[in-house]
Amino acid sequence: MTSLNAKIPDGPLAEKWTAYKSGCKLVNPNNKRKLDIIVVGTGLAGASAAASLGQLGYNVKVFCYQDTPRRAHSIAAQGGINAAKNYANDGDSAYRLFYDTIKGGDYRAREANVYRLAEVSNQIIDLCVAQGVPFAREYGGLLTNRSFGGAQVSRTFYARGQTGQQLLLGAYGALSRQIAEGNVTLYNRRDVLDMVLVDGKARGIIARNLVTGEIERHAAHAVVLANGGYGNVFFLSTNAMGSNVTPAWSAYRKGAMFANPSFTQIHPTCIPVHGDFQSKLTLMSESLRNDGRIWVPAKKKDVERLRHKDIKPADIPEEDRDYYLERRYPAFGNLVPRDVASRAAKERCDAGFGVGSTGMAVYLDFADAIKRKGHDTIDALYGNLFQMYEQIVAESPYETPMMIYPAVHYTMGGLWVDYELMTSIPGLYAIGECNFSDHGANRLGASALMQGLADGYFVLPYTIGNYLSAEIHTPRFDPSSSEFTIAADGVTDRLKRLMNTEGKESVDHFHRRLGKIMWEYCGMARNEHGLGEALYLITELRQEFSRGVRIPGGLNEYNPELEKACRVADFIDLGELMVRDALQRKESCGGHFREESQTSDGEALRNDDKFAFVGAWEYRGRDATAQLHREELQFNAIKLSQRSYK
Amino acid sequence: MNFTLKIWRQKSAAEKGGMVSYDVSEISSDSSFFEMLDTLNKTLIDSGGDPVAFDHDCREGICGTCSLYINGRPHGPVKGVTTCQLHMRSFKDGETIHIEPWRAKAFPVIKDLIVDRSALDRVIQAGGYVSINTGGIPDANTIPVPKERSDAAFDAATCIGCGACVAACSNAAAMLFIGAKVSHLALLPQGEAEASRRVQKMVACMDELGFGNCSNTYACEAECPKGISVVNIARMNRGFLGAKLLSEKEKAIRDSL
Repeated sequence: MTSLNAKIPDGPLAEKWTAYKSGCKLVNPNNKRKLDIIVVGTGLAGASAAASLGQLGYNVKVFCYQDTPRRAHSIAAQGGINAAKNYANDGDSAYRLFYDTIKGGDYRAREANVYRLAEVSNQIIDLCVAQGVPFAREYGGLLTNRSFGGAQVSRTFYARGQTGQQLLLGAYGALSRQIAEGNVTLYNRRDVLDMVLVDGKARGIIARNLVTGEIERHAAHAVVLANGGYGNVFFLSTNAMGSNVTPAWSAYRKGAMFANPSFTQIHPTCIPVHGDFQSKLTLMSESLRNDGRIWVPAKKKDVERLRHKDIKPADIPEEDRDYYLERRYPAFGNLVPRDVASRAAKERCDAGFGVGSTGMAVYLDFADAIKRKGHDTIDALYGNLFQMYEQIVAESPYETPMMIYPAVHYTMGGLWVDYELMTSIPGLYAIGECNFSDHGANRLGASALMQGLADGYFVLPYTIGNYLSAEIHTPRFDPSSSEFTIAADGVTDRLKRLMNTEGKESVDHFHRRLGKIMWEYCGMARNEHGLGEALYLITELRQEFSRGVRIPGGLNEYNPELEKACRVADFIDLGELMVRDALQRKESCGGHFREESQTSDGEALRNDDKFAFVGAWEYRGRDATAQLHREELQFNAIKLSQRSYK
Repeated sequence: MNFTLKIWRQKSAAEKGGMVSYDVSEISSDSSFFEMLDTLNKTLIDSGGDPVAFDHDCREGICGTCSLYINGRPHGPVKGVTTCQLHMRSFKDGETIHIEPWRAKAFPVIKDLIVDRSALDRVIQAGGYVSINTGGIPDANTIPVPKERSDAAFDAATCIGCGACVAACSNAAAMLFIGAKVSHLALLPQGEAEASRRVQKMVACMDELGFGNCSNTYACEAECPKGISVVNIARMNRGFLGAKLLSEKEKAIRDSL
C-alpha cells in the first residue's frame, strides 16, 4: 500500500518555508544542463515553471495542446490576483491571507502549503510588474487594489477585467525568452496521453502530435504536470473547450493518487444556460459583486409578471425585492464566498423565485452603483465585462440588471501532492489547478492566479532541485527502451480501439449526457440516493460509449473528434471517481454540499471529527474500485470553527 | 434560422482545397457562430461525413484561438468581437455565409479553416518581453507609473494574438501585432531599458518570416477584435527609426575612435 507522507517541514508555521529553502539540496549549474524536465501545460503554472526552470539552466521541454502557449485557459481569468502587500493599509498580512484562504476552503487544506502560498504572494506581484503587467494604478502612479469575496481587506491586484490575460502574457513572455535562448523547447499542438515510469520513477511521456497524428516519446529526469482543472467533466462549464484531465488522469492510472475529486467550485456569477445547442458557459467576474447587488422578486406574482414580460425588473419597488445575500449574511452581504453565494441562488430558484426564461437566474443589479459612482466609474471598472454580457445576451447591464446563475468554474481537487508538490510517483510533480493542494473545499476569488504563479515561479524551482540533486549521475534516458515502447503501444492500441468503434453517436453526445448526470447528482447539492443513481448511470454510459461512439477521419491526421474522444473517455472514469468521493464524504464542506449534512437554516454542516482529512484515491485497475487513503489534516495555527459570514 | 454555408475545405497542407456548400436549418438566433458550426458538424458526423475543422478554445473572446474569414471579413461582420462571440442574430435568416481561413503567406493552412500562426510566437521570441529573471525583484511600488501611461500600455497589451490584423492587411503585414507589443512595453518604465533593442529585433524577425510591409490602409485597426489602434504602429516606427539612427551614430563614433 502506498503511504501518504506530506513531508511538511518541522518548525513554526511562519518559518517552515524559509527553513525548507535553507535545507533543501541544490544542483550546481553545470549539472543542471544535464538534467531534462518535461512540463505539461502552458497556463500560469506551466509557463511560469518552464520559464523559471529554463532560466535556472535545466533543459526543459514544454507541451501544450493549443497552437501557442499564450492561449492556455488562464488567459480567461478576469477578476484579479491576491497578495498580502497591505498597500491599502487595511490590516492585511501573510497570516490574514493564509487565514482567509484556509477558512474560505472550509478547513480542508493543509496549513503549511497555504501559509507558503500567502508568504510568496507578494513576490509574484513584484515580478509581474517588472515583466510589464499593466496592473490598475492610482493617479499617483502606485498600484491599486479591490476587494473580493471571502475577505474583509482589499488585497486584489487587477488589470481591468483581464487580469489572467495580462499575467499569462507576462509568463508567456518569460517563456518565449527562454525558448529564444534555447533553454526551453516548445511542443505545441500536442496531447499528452500517458506517463512513462522507469523503476517506479516518472521518466517521460507519450504525446500525440495533433497535426500529424504521430505518437511521440519524450524522456526526462522529471515530469511536471500543469494541465489545469477538470471542470469540463460537466460538459457545460466556464473552461475552454479543450481543457481536459487526460495528463493527470494518465498519471492516476500509473499510480499517482487523486485527491478530493468531488471538490468542485460552482461559480455564482455566470451567464445562465439558455438552450440545448449551448457549448459553454461564460463567467462574469466575481469583482462585479463589489458593486452589483444580487436579488430576486420577493413575491411570486412578480416572478410571473416578469416571465410574461408584463413588467420590467426596474418596475419592482424596493420593498418587493429580496436581496437575499444581504438578508442572510449581513456581515459579508454580496461578498460571501462563492460556494455560499451559489447555494443561495439555487435555493431561491428552487423555491420558485428565479427569473429569466427558464426561471434559473437571479439579478445582479448595478442601478445603485451607477447612481452612486457614476456611469464613467462603473465603465472603467467593468466596461469589458458589460460589453461581453451584452454581446451574449443582447441586453445592456447599464439599462437592466444582469441575469446570472451558478456554473462549474474550477476544481479544487486534483493530483495529490506533498509539500514539495510531488505526487505519489517519485519525480512526477503537479502544479496549479491540476493539484489539490491549497484551496481545500472551496477556492476564494483571485486565489487561482496566485497559486498557479506561486507554484511555478517560486515553489517548484526550489523543490524540484531537492529531487534532481540525486539524479545528476543518471544519464539521459533512451526513449526506445521497453518502458517507452510498452506505453506508446498502449496509447496506440487505445486510439485504434476508439477509431474502430463502429458506433453511431458523436463524442459530444456522450459528453453532454455525462455532463447532465454530473450536474444533476454531483453538482451544487448531493445526496446518498442521487450519487448511487449517478454511479449506475455512469457505468451504463461508459458501456454505451465503448460500443456506440463514432469517430470520423483517421489516426494519422488532424482529427479533433479523436482528441475529444480520448478526453471524454477519461472524463467518464473521472466522473465515477468524483461520485465515489462525494459518497464517502458524508459531511458538507465548501463546494461539497451533502443534503444530509446541513444546519437548521440550510447552511453547510462540517464534521471535523470524522472528515478533517484529504481523501486520496489510488487506482487499482480497470475492473477494481479505487481505494481511499486518508491524509489527516493537522490544524495547529488555526482553530476550526463553523464558517460564518453572517 | 436557416443558412447556406460556403466553407473552405482542405484535407491537409499538401492538398488542394475548395469551397463546399452546406445547408443548416433550425438554428437558434441566440446560438453562437461556433454553436452553429457544431450543429453542422454533428449532422456531418451522424451522416458519416467528415466534420469541418476550425480552431476554437475559450469561446469567450479572450484566448485568440479562433479565426475565420466570414463574408470577406476577419471575425465576421460585427465590430469589436471575435468569431466565438459572434451570434447568429447578427445574420439574416436565409443568408448565404462564406467561411474561409486566414489568408497570409506566413500562415499556411493545416486543415480546412485551421492555419499555422506560429510565426507570431517567433516574433515574440525575438524580443517581445522584458529580459528579467524570476527572483531578486524590487517592490512593485518602487517605480511609480503615471496612470495615463499605464492605461495606454494596457490598451496595447490587450492584443489576443489572433492574427486578424495580418489576415485583414492586403500585404499580410504583422505591423499592428508587433506595434502593440512594442508599445505596451516601451510605454512602461519597466520595459523602456531595452526598448530600442527590442524593436529592432522584432522588426528584423518579422521581415525574415515573410510578413509584408504596412499597407497604410488601417484595415488592421478596423478588423481588430480588441480595437488595437494604429497609433501603436506609428509608435513602433518612431522607435525603430530612433533606434536605427542611434545605432548608426554609435557605430560612427566607434569607427572614429
